[in-house]
Amino acid sequence: MAQKSMRDAINDALHLEMARDPRVIVLGEDVSGGAGGTSGEREASGGIFGVTKGLLPRFGADRVLDTPISESAIIGAAAGAALAGLRPVAELMFADFVGVSFDQLYNQMAKFRYMFGGKTGCPAVVRLAMGAGMNMGAQHSQAIYPLLASVPGLKVVVPSNAYDAKGLMLTALRDDDPVMFFEHKALYPRKSEVPDGDYTVPFGEAALVREGEHVTVVALARMVVFAEKAIDAVQKDGITCDLIDPRTVSPLDADTILESVENTGRLVVVDESPPRCSIAADIAAIVASRGFRSLRAPIQMVTAPHTPVPFARELERAYVPSPQRIEQAIRTVMQE
Amino acid sequence: MKLTRDLLLDAYRRMKTIREFEERLHVEIQTGEIPGFTHLYSGQEAVAVGVCAPLGPLDYIVSTHRGHGHCIAKGCDVVGMMKEIYGRRDGLCKGKGGSMHIADVTKGMLGANGIVGGGPPIAVGAAIACKRRGDGTVSVAFGGDGSCNQGTVFEAMNLAVVLKVPAIFVFENNGYSEHTGADYAVGSRDIAGRAAAFGMPAERVDGSDFFAVHEAMQRAIAHTRSAGGPAAIEATTTRFYGHFEGDPQLYRAKDEVRRQRETMDCLKRFRAVATDHGLAAGELDAIDAEVLTLIDAAVATAKASPPPSDAELTTDVYLSY
Repeated sequence: MAQKSMRDAINDALHLEMARDPRVIVLGEDVSGGAGGTSGEREASGGIFGVTKGLLPRFGADRVLDTPISESAIIGAAAGAALAGLRPVAELMFADFVGVSFDQLYNQMAKFRYMFGGKTGCPAVVRLAMGAGMNMGAQHSQAIYPLLASVPGLKVVVPSNAYDAKGLMLTALRDDDPVMFFEHKALYPRKSEVPDGDYTVPFGEAALVREGEHVTVVALARMVVFAEKAIDAVQKDGITCDLIDPRTVSPLDADTILESVENTGRLVVVDESPPRCSIAADIAAIVASRGFRSLRAPIQMVTAPHTPVPFARELERAYVPSPQRIEQAIRTVMQE
Repeated sequence: MKLTRDLLLDAYRRMKTIREFEERLHVEIQTGEIPGFTHLYSGQEAVAVGVCAPLGPLDYIVSTHRGHGHCIAKGCDVVGMMKEIYGRRDGLCKGKGGSMHIADVTKGMLGANGIVGGGPPIAVGAAIACKRRGDGTVSVAFGGDGSCNQGTVFEAMNLAVVLKVPAIFVFENNGYSEHTGADYAVGSRDIAGRAAAFGMPAERVDGSDFFAVHEAMQRAIAHTRSAGGPAAIEATTTRFYGHFEGDPQLYRAKDEVRRQRETMDCLKRFRAVATDHGLAAGELDAIDAEVLTLIDAAVATAKASPPPSDAELTTDVYLSY
């Protein structure tokens, strides 16, 4: 099986589904790039992160639409195109740009099915590149998925590796509800084994990445990579962990987490978002209310601080939950 | 272009249906049986019907908070609408949408919208679908003078020009953005001019004149088909009631609505020229009577219909979750 980066895995999924389903279109800023430029190079970027590369030459400008920098119009157009029978994939570029398109996300596409009495859905996928670690500052680095996971009507996907990303994207493209697909920028180049063909990864089914006895660690996206390092470190001292990657935060596979906590009695939740009203807080609340009697120690949340994402390398390093902080949290729950 | 008798009779029937629907709601709201708040379309009927008359079921419209008129003009079921406004189980949206969220995708009606300026980006998306189908259909974004100050509308107009899609932006300038005059809030006082600045043909028409709106709409459709890009219409009109029912309208001169009901009533103006178009007054009287019967029945049916069951609360959020 081929080793592929998460960037290429998502690109694969888009190619496969556009070939299979003529209703799929892609729109966004620079999804091909080069329109109106002076070089004559029509596919000048293929997406700012290269995820939509090759789509324009293969599927044409009728299906791969370069848009102006107009995020409300991009998301709204995706919503309207979905109502009218297409299956649009809108690229928001940086996830932080939800701010300039939020009405179309949470008041419009999220609510059509309910407001219209279930007679129509809105099968749109919105791609959002997220995450800190590249010194891009406060407006280009946030892990903003909790904001969207709190909205009824939206599904929210947060993959941690290339294999899952491809399978989850194919599921998203075939789903009849709006899907927010968060891609961590630091994971784009990371490779894993990815089949060439068609396969799907279901929503609402967590992956058990590691199995252990003593602690349940729940982590998302890049934090899965960091949690594995932390788990390797504590294993030297005989501490073993379940590592659960929910993969989708809406729907959230709470059962897998609760079952694991029933066995381990200890929970560490790792989340790159700030702590208030976060997925970490959400999971902690679920376990505290539904799995309280299993707990042998207070739940540890390892999150970013309640601050904007800082710029300077040293500050950003301190902002992002590190393998060391996760390791410390595991050791803390083991002390009880 | 000469309009057929059938088209004219149908247009009159739709305008009259909208008027009676809204006039009746104005009365029924006083009873307290209708939940929430309601924005009436009385006075603007010629715009909705003039714009929708040339459209078929495969054409799309996206509406506003003041959407009842657009729904009726596009062919939504009047009884189903009334039930929806009463919050009933078998309303057009199962009682989950209400006055501001009526939709019927099977009729090409992609939803009223509680957010001013929320609709035009959606209409551009539907226009992308029209263009892909290549069947000559169009997508209409209704908005008011208030919406023309929203950035989403600017984005939508520019995107439609850039992508060359068959979107038609219809701005109903009824003189008021909620409780604030359009000649205060629209800085340039020229909505059509704004649309034109985005690079599309735009014209201002008398929105109380069905014939003027209908002709402008035909020109707009012809443009989308020949040039492949969007067009815009600013229709000057008025609303006979407040922003919402219960609005004391302290911002309007005391006799303004009375005067406008005399000079800007699209139904009176239609009737005044009906004989020139070969319609007899008796035919229109007969339609009036039929419409009143329909509205009576719609209200009676809505009042007698059951509310949604509690089990409906959590359905229709997702297809599957």
